[in-house]
Amino acid sequence: MRHVHDRGGWPDAGPVDRAEHDYAIWEKRTDAMMRIFTRDQHLFRVDELRRAIESIPPRDYETMTYYERWITAIETLLIEKGLLTRAEIDQQVAAMAQP
Amino acid sequence: MEPQFQPGDRVRIRVNYPARHFRTPGYIQGKIGHVVGVHGAFRNPEALAYGGDGLPKQFLYLVRFPQSHIWNTTPAASDTLYIDIYEPWLESA
Repeated sequence: MRHVHDRGGWPDAGPVDRAEHDYAIWEKRTDAMMRIFTRDQHLFRVDELRRAIESIPPRDYETMTYYERWITAIETLLIEKGLLTRAEIDQQVAAMAQP
Repeated sequence: MEPQFQPGDRVRIRVNYPARHFRTPGYIQGKIGHVVGVHGAFRNPEALAYGGDGLPKQFLYLVRFPQSHIWNTTPAASDTLYIDIYEPWLESA
């Protein structure tokens, strides 16, 4: 069975949105984090990011934006490699969400 | 280590949907094309994707297909698709 990311030839994929748009600061930080993880510290490879993105459940994948997929995959890899736990990430996100 | 295929060879892309990560898109699987060139040997991205070293290296080929063999629509007869495919995904055809 074809996976959710394997889009070539899907008749209902629709046209590509070619419009330029501004990135939110969290999107820029997500990009920067990935560059640090893959280049400066070699924590993981871009191939692993791609694999983790493609492992996102199809229903979630379809509703996520580009960098939402990236940050989800980065979390997956950090947990997989034992660098952070799900609980640690969730606690920090909750703390940062406090007004 | 020598490449198994040479420019001009007729090849079929294997049909395989393993549970693991793989790099060969569905639209090209099972299709027959011709080898155009050999890019060289590279670490296997399907193993790098799990943190492995990707060794032994695999040969990567540029393979050419008539677009009319791939899509259900009817593109111009001369329209051609070029795609990079690793050796384990190829078989003689």
